[in-house]
Amino acid sequence: MTAPPPVLDVAGVTKSYGHVQALRGVDLQVRPREVHALVGDNGAGKSTLMKIIAGAVSPDSGTIAVDGRPVTFARPADAQAAGIETVYQDLALAPTLTAGENLYLGREVLKPGLLGRLGFVDRAAMNRSAERQLSTLGAKLQSLASEVGSLSGGQKQAVAVARASLWGSALIMLDEPTAALGVSQTEFVLKLVEQLRDERGLSVLLISHSMPDVFRVADRVTVLRLGQTVLTEEISALSTNDLIAAMTGAGIPAGGPTT
Amino acid sequence: MSTITRPGVKAGPSLTARLLASQRFSNLTIFGLLVAIIVFFTVVTPSGTFFSNYNLTSIALAGSQLLILSAGVTFLLIAAGLDLSVGAVVVFSSVLAAKLMLGLTSGLAGTAQGGAELWLPILAGVGAGVVTGAAWGLVNGMLVVKSKIPSFIVTLATSTIILGLAQVWTGGMNVSGVPQALTDAFGMGTLLGVPWPVVTAAAVTGLLWVVLARTRFGLRTYAIGANPEAARRAGINVDRHLLAIYCMVGLLAGLVGMIDISRFSTASVSGYANIALQSITAVIIGGTSLWGGRGKMSGTVVGAFIPATLTSGFVIMNLQPFWQNVAVGCVLIFAVFVDQYRRRAMNVT
Ligand SMILES: Nc1ncnc2c1ncn2[C@@H]1O[C@H](COP(=O)(O)OP(=O)(O)OP(=O)(O)O)[C@@H](O)[C@H]1O
Ligand SMILES: [Mg+2]
Repeated sequence: MTAPPPVLDVAGVTKSYGHVQALRGVDLQVRPREVHALVGDNGAGKSTLMKIIAGAVSPDSGTIAVDGRPVTFARPADAQAAGIETVYQDLALAPTLTAGENLYLGREVLKPGLLGRLGFVDRAAMNRSAERQLSTLGAKLQSLASEVGSLSGGQKQAVAVARASLWGSALIMLDEPTAALGVSQTEFVLKLVEQLRDERGLSVLLISHSMPDVFRVADRVTVLRLGQTVLTEEISALSTNDLIAAMTGAGIPAGGPTT
Repeated sequence: MSTITRPGVKAGPSLTARLLASQRFSNLTIFGLLVAIIVFFTVVTPSGTFFSNYNLTSIALAGSQLLILSAGVTFLLIAAGLDLSVGAVVVFSSVLAAKLMLGLTSGLAGTAQGGAELWLPILAGVGAGVVTGAAWGLVNGMLVVKSKIPSFIVTLATSTIILGLAQVWTGGMNVSGVPQALTDAFGMGTLLGVPWPVVTAAAVTGLLWVVLARTRFGLRTYAIGANPEAARRAGINVDRHLLAIYCMVGLLAGLVGMIDISRFSTASVSGYANIALQSITAVIIGGTSLWGGRGKMSGTVVGAFIPATLTSGFVIMNLQPFWQNVAVGCVLIFAVFVDQYRRRAMNVT
């Protein structure tokens, strides 16, 4: 019996900005239906790696494969076509648009027939779909007509995640989705992440500085330090101290981490 | 999770705050204000003077050119852009069209008279005027999109350049002698009793209203104004979209120039110094946010007619029409106050 190929397989990726070597050889494998945490100190290269996987930045060298097929992303649209959706740290929502309009921004639903060919949008259809998407994720908005800018931080995150899960078919990447949130909203967003895995059957790459979050939702974790992969491991085999040691370079005993 | 799905756990904002913050309220206020102005003048003027078919038609005629420009500027402001050059484009297009018509008709006998042989030169002039307007709009758009200089500065500069070129071309003099046939048929002509310029303004505004409220182009205009980065990440070609809007505003300015020469038979070099700011004023009074992302065509229609209504009322009351300027300024401050209040209310939640 052969294991299914990883959803995402990044091998030997490097990227320099002038003299700064942001990535000096990153390996990362995300399996089907797993929440994979990506951790590392400030400047370790997490966001750079995410932008490369999202097609927003091209690597200097290295390979990327999606579902076992080698890919080259020249534009974000290429990554999206491969089923990869990204929730950026600053969310990338249009605050004066509704949830439905945000979910379909750039991929609007048009009315059937002649009106559609004239560019008329079907707001009712987008609203219905938004309601469905959000309620599958366990987030009900008071009013689908309200502007996204007036929602709470957790609700905005829910809209961004709903947008990603609507279009993503392989991998959703989230860059520090709980950084600005309080306790209950953090819990809500972590539940969203679990639902992407458990109900939508997607893989999630979660960038986070929060060790409690990582231990709460991640199945496996990859640690970057100074642009290199220094550790990939099942989360259950690790302690917080192991992770911190790997991130700071305090050293991991040869032969694998201890618990 | 219930704490997230119900945000109103803490004491909500006061009723007045919520009223001020709602888009519908601000549209209603401004509409109510126009109705109040009309009722006021109807009551204080002798009956049959202000609220008469004749006077309302002249108000519509006086406001039609501002309305056409403002309808385009609504798109621009919603997309967080600005165009200070529309007045200069109106002048340039008028001059170009008038010169072209004069040149093409100079060989014909009795230029000032109507006649079938005049229609080719007239149509050529009108076409050239409108296309030139669109071309200047394209220049504005290219400069804004490519140079990344704020649209305020770019269009301030092009405004001076375009008007300067028109002045050089004419030596600063108005160009008179536009064929009378154009004035008779269009500028002074009517369709079922409604002046053609008003019909044109209604048609243009109606079309742009539908485009803004119902189509993908309109929706993306809001998105680009609200968060251009989000639009870009969603795969929208933001630069091309902005280019299209600037081009449309230029085209409308050209059209307004054509209406102008057809009404007054003259291409005026000095007549449009304030219209750019007047159109921005009308759009903002109508509730469109100066910061982009928010606005409605209904508000613009009301905002564009407030100045003409006030002027007419003051004239009939034998007051100086310049009071209109004072009143419009006050309304503008009120409109921006409401807009800012709404933005602040949004950021708090
Ligand atoms: N566009 C850029 N130009 C120049 N240097 C860059 C650029 N983007 C990233 N870098 C550099 O690359 C390195 C990695 O940055 P990156 O943002 O990927 O780190 P990070 O792990 O996301 O850090 P943080 O946890 O602070 O978000 C840093 O030294 C950073 O200064
Ligand atoms: Mg980062």
